[in-house]
Amino acid sequence: MGYARAMTSTDMRPEMARDGGPVIKVENLHKIYEMGDTKVHALRGISLEIYRGEFVAIMGASGSGKSTFMNLVGCLDSPSEGTYLLDNTNVASLSRIDLASIRNRHVGFVFQGFNLLSRTTALENVELPLIYSAMRARERHKRSRAALDRVGLGGRMDHIPSQLSGGQQQRVAIARALVNHPSILLADEPTGNLDSRTSVEIMDIFQELNETEKLTIVLVTHEPDIAEYAKRVIHFRDGHVMRDQVVQKRRSAAEVLASLPPAED
Amino acid sequence: MILLLTIFRVAFKALGRNKMRSILTMLGIIIGVGAVIAMVSIGQGAQQTISSAIASQGSNMIMVMPGAWNSGGVRMGLGTTSHLTVEDAQAIEKECPAVKYASPSVRTTCSIVNGNQNWFSNVQGYDVHFPQIRLWEVENGTFYTDQDVITSQRVCILGKTVSDNLFPGLDPVGQEIRMRNMPWRVIGVLKSKGQSGFGQDQDDLVIAPYTTVQKKMLGYTFINGIVVSAISETATSTAQDEITDLLRQRHHIARSEDDDFQVRNLSDIAELANSSNQVMTLLLASIAFVSLIVGGIGVMNIMLVSVTERTREIGIRMAVGATGGDVQFQFLTEAVVLAIFGGVLGIIIGVVSSKVISNSLGWPTLISTTAIGAAFSFAALIGIAAGWYPALKASRLDPIEALRYE
Repeated sequence: MGYARAMTSTDMRPEMARDGGPVIKVENLHKIYEMGDTKVHALRGISLEIYRGEFVAIMGASGSGKSTFMNLVGCLDSPSEGTYLLDNTNVASLSRIDLASIRNRHVGFVFQGFNLLSRTTALENVELPLIYSAMRARERHKRSRAALDRVGLGGRMDHIPSQLSGGQQQRVAIARALVNHPSILLADEPTGNLDSRTSVEIMDIFQELNETEKLTIVLVTHEPDIAEYAKRVIHFRDGHVMRDQVVQKRRSAAEVLASLPPAED
Repeated sequence: MILLLTIFRVAFKALGRNKMRSILTMLGIIIGVGAVIAMVSIGQGAQQTISSAIASQGSNMIMVMPGAWNSGGVRMGLGTTSHLTVEDAQAIEKECPAVKYASPSVRTTCSIVNGNQNWFSNVQGYDVHFPQIRLWEVENGTFYTDQDVITSQRVCILGKTVSDNLFPGLDPVGQEIRMRNMPWRVIGVLKSKGQSGFGQDQDDLVIAPYTTVQKKMLGYTFINGIVVSAISETATSTAQDEITDLLRQRHHIARSEDDDFQVRNLSDIAELANSSNQVMTLLLASIAFVSLIVGGIGVMNIMLVSVTERTREIGIRMAVGATGGDVQFQFLTEAVVLAIFGGVLGIIIGVVSSKVISNSLGWPTLISTTAIGAAFSFAALIGIAAGWYPALKASRLDPIEALRYE
C-alpha cells in the first residue's frame, strides 16, 4: 500500500489535486423530499471531495441521509440544492436522459440485493450496461467475458442467478458494474445479504480493484468491520457529515481470508 | 438509442419467459385477424362467383323491364305493371344499330307432368334467338324455329333439372309432357349451367315460344320484358342509350317524365348483387375488426401487468444506463412483437379456415391479399396503440423507487 494517504481534511489534498482534481466534488448538497404536506430534509448541506483511487466507506444510522447521498452521487436522483461535480462535470442540473448516460458510462452500481435480472445468464447480466452504450454484440461479449474473468466467474457465464450462490451473484453484479470502465464504483451495503466469509471475499475484490486499477470506490455500510476495509470513513448523521477520517487500522481482506478456514465448496 | 436487433432479441426473450401468457394474449389478435381474413374471403368468393356466373350468361346481354308504376301517388315497385309490347321488342331489334337481337320475354310457373311424374317449374317464353342472347346452347335435340313461334306451336325445351326429374335416365326429346292440361312436345334439352351466383338452380326451367306461352298459358298479349343482345360487349352502353331513346319515343314520354321501363345490363345487375354482398362482407369484417380491437385491449392489459411485475427489472436497467426512451421502446417492441406474431398466426388460421369452409360447406372463398394486408397492418397498429401507454408508464418510473420495488 505504497500510496496510503494520511489526510484528515478534504480541504488539503495538494498531491491529489494535481492528477486532475476530485472525481466527486459536492458542495452544499441539499435534498428535500416532499411527501404530501410534510417535507423531509434528507441532506442538509453536504460538502466533500473524493479523489481518484480512494476507497471510501460511508456509515450512519438509517435516516442519516447516506442512501440519499448515494443516490445523488450515483445520478439516480437530482439534488434540491447545491452542486455536484462528477469528473469535473456539473451533473446537478442535468436532464434525466443525460443522467442515464452518466450512470451508463461513469458509475457502476453494486446493491445489497444484487439486483440481477432473473432467468438471465451471468454473461447477459454483465452485458446490460453495454447494450445501453449501443455496443455491437461481439465487443459486448468480449468485454463481458473479461469482466467476469476479472471477478473469478469465467467458468459460470451461462449460469442464471438462481444457480449461483449469493457471493457469486454479487461478483456478477460487480462485473456488471465494472464492464463499462466507470469512474466510480458505488456499493450500497454490498455485504448485507452475505455471510461473513463471503463478505470478506467481496471486500477482497474491492481492495484488489482499488489497488491494481486505482478504481474509486464508495461503499455504504452499517457494519464497522466492513468499513475498516476502506481507506477513509465518512459518518453521516441527520443529513450532515459528522466525521470524516482516515482508517487507522486498515484491514486487508487477503490476510483475513488466509486466516479463515478454507471454504467448504 | 440502443441497437434494434438487440431490442428485438430482448423482447423475444421476455415474451418467451411467459410462453403460455404470451400465447393467450396473442389469441385475441389471432382470432381477430383470422376472422377478418375468413369473413372477407367468403364475401369475395361470393362476389367472384356472381361475376363469373354473369359473364357466362353473356356480358352483351341487356334486359328491358317494365318500370315502376305510379298509381295515385303510390309508386309501385319494379315490374308491377307492364308497358312493354312485342312491337317494342321488334322495334328495338330493327331500329337500334348497336342491338343484334331482341326477344320478348314472358314467364309463368306451372306444374309439368310426364305420366306419373310431375315437377313444378318456371316456364319462360322467348323467340328463336334465345340461345344467342343468353349464350345457352341446346345440348340434345333442337331449338324451335321461327315457324313454331309464328304459329304458336306447343313445343318446348327442358332445362337439365326438369329433364332429370321428369325423365330420369331417359331421353326426353320427342316425348310429350303436359302443362296446364295441354300436351307439349319436348324438342330439346338445354346444356346444364349449374347454380347461379345467387345460389339458384339455373337449370330448373322450361323454354317455349313466347307466343305459345302468351296464348295457351297466360292469355294476354303484353310481355314481361325484353332480352337484348348488343353487337359487342363494348357496344352495351350505346345499345342501352338507343333502347332508352327508342322506348321513350314509342311510349310518348314527355321530357319531364320518368321512364316507364328499366334498361339494365348484366353488369348493372351484378353490381347490385355485389353491393348487397359488399354490405354483408363489410358487416362481417367489422365484427371481426371489433374482435381485433378486443384483442388489442388484451395486449394492453398484459403489458400493464408486465410493467408492474417487472418494475425492479426496469429499475435495474435504468440504474445501468437505460433512458426512459430505451425502456419505452423495449415495452413497445414487446407489444408489437406480440401483435405481429399474433397477426402472422392469424393469417395462417384465417387462410386455413377459409379453405376448410369452402371444402366442408361448399361455399366459394377467395383469399384476399388486401384483407391479409389490412388485417396484418391493423394488428401491428393495435400493438403500437396497446403498447404505448404501458410503455410510457414504464419509462416514467423513478429508478430509485423501481429498484426498491418488491
